[in-house]
Amino acid sequence: MAEPANGGPNLTAALFPTDGAAAADWLAARDARLRLLAAGLFALMTLSLTQIWTTLTAGLIALALAAAAGLSPRMLGGRLLALEGFMLILLLTLPFTVPGEPLLSLGPLTASRDGAAQALLILLKANGIVITLLALAGSLEPVVFGHALARLGLPEKLVHLLLFTVRQIHLLHQEYQRMDQAMRVRAFRPRSDRHTWNSYGWLIGMLLVRSLARARRIMGAMRCRGFHGRLYLLDRPTWNRGDTWSAAALGVMVTALTTADRLC
Amino acid sequence: MAHIPDGVLSAPVLITGAIASAGLLTLALRRLDYDHLPAAAALSAAFFVSSLISVPVGPSSVHLLLNGLMGLLLGWTALPALFVALVLQAVFFGYGGFAVLGVNTLNMALPALLCALALRPLLRRERQRPEARPVFRIGAAAGAAGVLLTALMLALSLGLSGQAFIPAAQVLVITYVPLALVEALITGTVLRFLQRVEPDLLPGPRALEVEALP
Repeated sequence: MAEPANGGPNLTAALFPTDGAAAADWLAARDARLRLLAAGLFALMTLSLTQIWTTLTAGLIALALAAAAGLSPRMLGGRLLALEGFMLILLLTLPFTVPGEPLLSLGPLTASRDGAAQALLILLKANGIVITLLALAGSLEPVVFGHALARLGLPEKLVHLLLFTVRQIHLLHQEYQRMDQAMRVRAFRPRSDRHTWNSYGWLIGMLLVRSLARARRIMGAMRCRGFHGRLYLLDRPTWNRGDTWSAAALGVMVTALTTADRLC
Repeated sequence: MAHIPDGVLSAPVLITGAIASAGLLTLALRRLDYDHLPAAAALSAAFFVSSLISVPVGPSSVHLLLNGLMGLLLGWTALPALFVALVLQAVFFGYGGFAVLGVNTLNMALPALLCALALRPLLRRERQRPEARPVFRIGAAAGAAGVLLTALMLALSLGLSGQAFIPAAQVLVITYVPLALVEALITGTVLRFLQRVEPDLLPGPRALEVEALP
């Protein structure tokens, strides 16, 4: 089906990846819980770094993980772009608001070396962490991701909400595409005017109405299958020796980088 | 741009955000039972898909936050719904980060809860009447309040993290004003639409699935 002109053309690709290279064997074989723990630990470690070069190293490791996970550079670039709007505002203001040795002057404003360094550090950290999240957690199937979260101690009710939501997002996005197509067939062109905003209001309203209808059907189907107020998670996580080795390697990497960051 | 990336905020802000949103999340989950999970999930999914629509505003375009509307329709359940959306966006789309998840949740969910507390009782009263205007106004108020309060919370999280972020925070708040206007109009329209087409989605005596979401 052709992608619509408007509204997250990469949605299905992000939640249900089909394109791109497969993940490297050693990464694909890892326990999902380990991958989530590693992503979290890596994020906390990156946050604690204070030197440009250690942060840069962490970023390179993140890129290596992304390559191992089979994320294409194009897709990765597109995802990271989402981050940079916020970053741009920070990067442009920080050098001028942090006091320190002057780097360059623009009229009354002076950019400081410290400010520029701090901005660069934030840029490296934010991107490094997002890349690891996408590589280690984002490349999992959403269902596997949800189960791993539950096994790591997230409340089961929350995980069930997540699993249901992921499934419904897929279906409602198709619903949205149909309605979007129907609007465009009737010569609807989004513009910055009241008509467009009203039409989108009705579109969102219709999406909500259809989602409620869906929910009623799901509830009915669940009752038919003997639902009695509780849902179950059916996966059987298995931890193998490769996971232990990977966890050890991760520990060594985190220790080495944080120590190097303190000492140098 | 309601998602703050990792690496920006200071540790005390991150920890406060994480603890506060974990606490609120626990409270909200206690109020949500398995019977209403499908309805909550379907509505969250509808909000998730709606927030992907890029709405033209002037020369640029924006994505709706919809937290005001979520507060109105879902009440407490808006909290886990927003958390799930933020987790999915961080992990599968690269918006936001890991350690900031708590702060980002709080920034979106607290305004939603405030809208629910302040406006749901009003909506319960007005939805029975045939006039369109009051319902539209309640929606517009929720839309604008959701966006503006989120912008303020965002600025607050930046400002509390360091003096150097204050100019950036001011710029951010200004960029939210056009969004607040459009979101007010659209949220009003959505509520008015629901009043005519599916009043069971609005809080009130006859609302089946959703009303029982407290």
